Amino acid sequence: MVVSTWTLQQEGLGFKSSLSCLSCSLHVLSVSLWVPSEYSGFHPKKWIGWSKCGSGLLLTSQFTKTRVVAMSGQSSGGGFLMSVVVHGDSALNEQEKELNQRLRRLYPAVNENETPLPRSWSPKDKFSYIGLSQNNLRVHYKGHGKTPKDAASVRATHPIPAACGVYYFEVKIISKGRDGYMGIGLSAQGVNMNRLPGWDKHSYGYHGDDGHSFCSSGTGQPYGPTFTTGDVIGCCVNLINNTCFYTKNGHSLGIAFTDLPPNLYPTVGLQTPGEVVDANFGQHPFVFDIEDYMREWRTKIQAQIDRFPIGEREGEWQSMIQKMVASYLVHHSYCATAEAFAKSTDQAVHEELASIKNRQKIQKLVLSGRMGEAIETTQQLYPNLLERNPDLLFMLKVRQFIEMVNGTDSEVRCLGGRSPKSQDSYPGSPRPFSSPSHKASSSQPYLTGTVQHYSHHSQCENFTYLWGEKRQEANKRGNFFLSSPDLSTNIHQLTDTISTPMFESFLVSSLSNDVDMEVDHFTNGVTESSSNGFLNGTSKHTTEPDDCDVESAQSKRQLCGGSQAAIERMIHFGRELQSMSEHLRRECGKNSANKKMLKDAFSLLAYSDPWNSPVGYQLDAIQREPVCSTLNSAILETHNLPKQPPLAQAVGQAAQCLAMMARTGSGSCAFASVDDYLH
Amino acid sequence: IFVQLETKFRREVTATSRHYVDRLFDPDPQKVLQGVIDMKNAVIGNNKQKANLIVLGAVPRLLYLLQQSSSSMELRTECAVVLGSLAMGTENNIKSLVDCHIIPALLQGLLSSDLIFIEACLRCLRTVFISPVTPVQLLYTDPTVIPHLMSLLSNSLRTQEYITQIFSHCCKTPEHQTILFNHGAIQNIAPLLISPSYKVRMQALKCFSVLAYENTQVSMTLVNVLVDGELLTQVFVKMMQRDQPIEMQLTAAKCLTYMCRASAIRTDDSCIVLKTLPCLVRMCSKEHLLEERVEGAETLAYLMEPDVELQRIASTTDHLVAMLADYFKYPSSVSAITDIKRLDHDLKHAHELRQAAFKLYASLGSNDEDIRKKITETENMMDRIVSGLSESSIKVRLAAVRCLHSLSRSVQQLRTSFHDHAVWKPLMKLLQNAPDEVLVMASSTLCNLLLEFSPSKEPILESGVIELLCSLTQSDSPALRVNGIWALMNMAFQADQKVKVEIVRCLGTEQLFRLLSDPDTNVLMKTLGLLRNLLSTRPHIDQIMSSHGKQIMQAVTLILEAEHSIEVKEQTLCILANIADGNTAKDLIMTNDDMLQKIKYYMGHSNVKLQLAATFCVSNLIWNEEDGSQERQDKLREMGFVDILHKLTQSSDPNLSDRAKTALQQYLA
Repeated sequence: MVVSTWTLQQEGLGFKSSLSCLSCSLHVLSVSLWVPSEYSGFHPKKWIGWSKCGSGLLLTSQFTKTRVVAMSGQSSGGGFLMSVVVHGDSALNEQEKELNQRLRRLYPAVNENETPLPRSWSPKDKFSYIGLSQNNLRVHYKGHGKTPKDAASVRATHPIPAACGVYYFEVKIISKGRDGYMGIGLSAQGVNMNRLPGWDKHSYGYHGDDGHSFCSSGTGQPYGPTFTTGDVIGCCVNLINNTCFYTKNGHSLGIAFTDLPPNLYPTVGLQTPGEVVDANFGQHPFVFDIEDYMREWRTKIQAQIDRFPIGEREGEWQSMIQKMVASYLVHHSYCATAEAFAKSTDQAVHEELASIKNRQKIQKLVLSGRMGEAIETTQQLYPNLLERNPDLLFMLKVRQFIEMVNGTDSEVRCLGGRSPKSQDSYPGSPRPFSSPSHKASSSQPYLTGTVQHYSHHSQCENFTYLWGEKRQEANKRGNFFLSSPDLSTNIHQLTDTISTPMFESFLVSSLSNDVDMEVDHFTNGVTESSSNGFLNGTSKHTTEPDDCDVESAQSKRQLCGGSQAAIERMIHFGRELQSMSEHLRRECGKNSANKKMLKDAFSLLAYSDPWNSPVGYQLDAIQREPVCSTLNSAILETHNLPKQPPLAQAVGQAAQCLAMMARTGSGSCAFASVDDYLH
Repeated sequence: IFVQLETKFRREVTATSRHYVDRLFDPDPQKVLQGVIDMKNAVIGNNKQKANLIVLGAVPRLLYLLQQSSSSMELRTECAVVLGSLAMGTENNIKSLVDCHIIPALLQGLLSSDLIFIEACLRCLRTVFISPVTPVQLLYTDPTVIPHLMSLLSNSLRTQEYITQIFSHCCKTPEHQTILFNHGAIQNIAPLLISPSYKVRMQALKCFSVLAYENTQVSMTLVNVLVDGELLTQVFVKMMQRDQPIEMQLTAAKCLTYMCRASAIRTDDSCIVLKTLPCLVRMCSKEHLLEERVEGAETLAYLMEPDVELQRIASTTDHLVAMLADYFKYPSSVSAITDIKRLDHDLKHAHELRQAAFKLYASLGSNDEDIRKKITETENMMDRIVSGLSESSIKVRLAAVRCLHSLSRSVQQLRTSFHDHAVWKPLMKLLQNAPDEVLVMASSTLCNLLLEFSPSKEPILESGVIELLCSLTQSDSPALRVNGIWALMNMAFQADQKVKVEIVRCLGTEQLFRLLSDPDTNVLMKTLGLLRNLLSTRPHIDQIMSSHGKQIMQAVTLILEAEHSIEVKEQTLCILANIADGNTAKDLIMTNDDMLQKIKYYMGHSNVKLQLAATFCVSNLIWNEEDGSQERQDKLREMGFVDILHKLTQSSDPNLSDRAKTALQQYLA
């Protein structure tokens, strides 16, 4: 392909990483077409529709909240269990941690906010003859066990998510009891629990006494060997071809069931006294090498994508790729490269060179944190643009405020004593697609329907009442968080005159801050809820900054570059911002996104070391990207150009497509992560 | 007209070919070079052109130019390239090249210092050596070649690929393995297993599989080799991962299998049980190529042949037993109608598939009764074996009879399915004229079919099997002699008088005695077993002893006097005890004082088994209720037997003391 051999020209903005991904756009598009047949009828507009609601809005995370609820529910449920007493909390947490790690590694495509993975047997979804212990992992029979009418089953807490692709759990036979009538398998929700798995419709089982498999029928088929005390039986569901096979002591026994329905629960059934089995949903390493089996399927799926037939007409595919590349270059204002590329591939550029250069100039300013200049330049070059987009202007101003705190904005730089050299040179390319170190945040601009939520809870407002006493207390202890006592007094004097409650409250809290607050932030805030734009928060929660950032953060960074004049300017600017916010609210009505944006920005002042605070991520240079991208899109829109490059749209579409596949039960989505194709 | 046209066309083609050859003789070296380059472009992918050039004598000239030190390096390299291209053609091309002594010339070329030239020579050598028509030995005639090839391994990825490919195709015998091993093949090739080039990795892996095959020395060395800090076995295990190419998985599994069979890896090692075995079972599945399935099944059969635990695991893995049934469905009825190409492909592999499946079934069922049952219950299994026994392909027949033999170890199957399907019929037919290896298996199976409880015994007897078995006892192969006499022994067990007489008649006493002096102990043991079976129940004993008594007594004497193992002597004493059980036959012992002395000697032997057998003999001689017992008792008392019996009652062995007490009671009555 021509694209991949294209030699890059160096420009002010590095873009190597972003181009290398283009060589893969072929795969990306084939991913987006890789949908089960019943969905191929979707009109493309439907996909594009998602792109409307995204760009740059910050919403609170619903997912975070549900997650917290789910977790607290679990731990309270486990509180009275024996094993807690035996192992103690730390061991339990260790096991929990290991479980989470293993599940994440095995099923990276599963979004547990939407479809939680089974982690134990359900104390609610079982027949009364079943007893649970050991964290709801051990199952024992407590009925009479006289006839098959005494059979009893238990289901896992959740059904198997399709996005697993391949799902696996193991059951160890602790005791075969009187007759060893144990059944291991799967069943749908609502299937009678007074039975062994496999006997009823939508129920499937492998029985220990005769080694038969039961496929929704009272009579079994010869399937595998019998199993008894000490054996480890595994059950693997392949959600790509909807089959299931079992393993015994690490050996695959071959396909047991085909044409399985979706949303099955891991299920075990027992029938005679003394029968005891333990489940392993990932708490421990599996006896069978399931990861090897997954590797095979990953290879199969990826081969299928690679071999996806592209258009029949000669050259059509290539020219489409070239168009995508060209439009991408133009969009991000790589004008020299775009020109060279267009020339060598014989394409027309739909925007004047001067215009591209203008956008490039503004982008450079934003990306180097010089927001004041960026706003000014925008107003010069594109008069009326910001007037017509007050929300955009507000966003830019908030960013300017953040850059002031950072000490990088032009207005404070000229005041500041600190040389911001290491700060203003932007470390890399705009990274519009996920780059390894910034997975969570960098993908945002194109992602449309997905939201970035470093949710910052509203506790902050509670600090207002602490104003009086806390402040004195803090003063007494000399426990100031700002670098100099003089400065903090200064701020107090300033804030005394401010009547705007929100900004004030932050200034207040900057003095009355206590440990509790920080803890709150860490547990409920940033660490939990950062989300990946492409996959709705399922992938790695990486919010760690680059190494170089950490370093510079540790070497003393000072508020506004350490200059008092700059701080004064910043505080003044903060007041302006506050009043602008109020003005906006009066004019355009409430806007929760704006409100939150402002609150998050102001929160920076609540910490002695904003860079290392839970809201410190805002100071990261990577956060300039969404702002830059939103501004760029707005400019392009005024020129009637697409506000997103088609390439980014294709990537976004592919990601949405995968999410859709996960929801509709197509397991192959597990092995076709978009990230794999963005090198 | 058409014929004329074609001849004319051919003449033209030949003419252009001649032109190419002529240019090789141009006095201007620059023109020669251009001529070789043009020739190179002309022959690529054109088999006819290649054949023409060979016929017109291009090869000797190219070889001359290649060897001439006055030729430029470029010319010599182009010559090697053209020769390599010619070798890519038909097998006849290769033959002609080998006949022109291309191999020594190219091997000589490897001494050059020019890497490009060396690579061209190696590429050509590789193509020549991987052809089945090239004699492998040519690589080993000059002893300096192998060390030189080893030293070239480090030069480039290409030299690595070609050299390892040559090695893996030219290592066919234990001698070859030893030569390569002694020249450091393992240390030199092991690092290539982690080469960045897939081809190099693959060829290196193949080298290890041929080096390790049935070679303990190589296998034992391999287990301790480290590649980049990792044990070689672990490297092989990684190569068996399911996302690796099938060829690589299969070859890595072969390496581990060979190392395991050479006792370098235990059969219960997890890399065998949890990795190699499942990998090989997977290779048997329908989704793989027919060649891969054949190789997978054969390797798996070889892996688990000696180990019942592996057989048990394999029998439950991935429905292997049922999966193998599919091996018999080629060519499938679908392929015949829809696709000629596929039919051809299927036909070509059908025999291979069937024999591989039979081999694997044989291996699976060689020890475990439950597995045998499972195999015989597989759809049409017995019918398939029966038809396999009479297939034209000797490989299939052999594998089928191996399978039958394995299953014939089951008492239940002998009683049921073997009889139901009259497997003895094709088996007997197979025994009529077959090569020795088939005969060994078939006769061995027959032994089992002739066991007393086998319902097939009767019809086999009626089909004139005795003569056949007697002729087997005269074979040069010890294995066949054993099987022949073994089958006769089984046949004689609790047989009718008629059968016994027939056996003795047919075998002839002369042959019987020849077998009693057979150098193979197994043959001797089974012959004694036959005698013992013949000499059972009183009337039979008397009858046979009356006609052959003298010779038998002679033979018994000979064996008791000669150097033999305890087992042989025990068996012989048992025969004597049987003789002592006869009515008239007793006299043959009683009148033979020498024999009585021998019995006395063995009663005092240090081995309890021999003491027991001798005591049995005496006990039979002095048994009360028979005619003349008094006289015999007296005679033996005189000879001091009673004293010995008294002593034996004190024996620490309860059997022996009981037996002695019983004997003494005869005197009391």
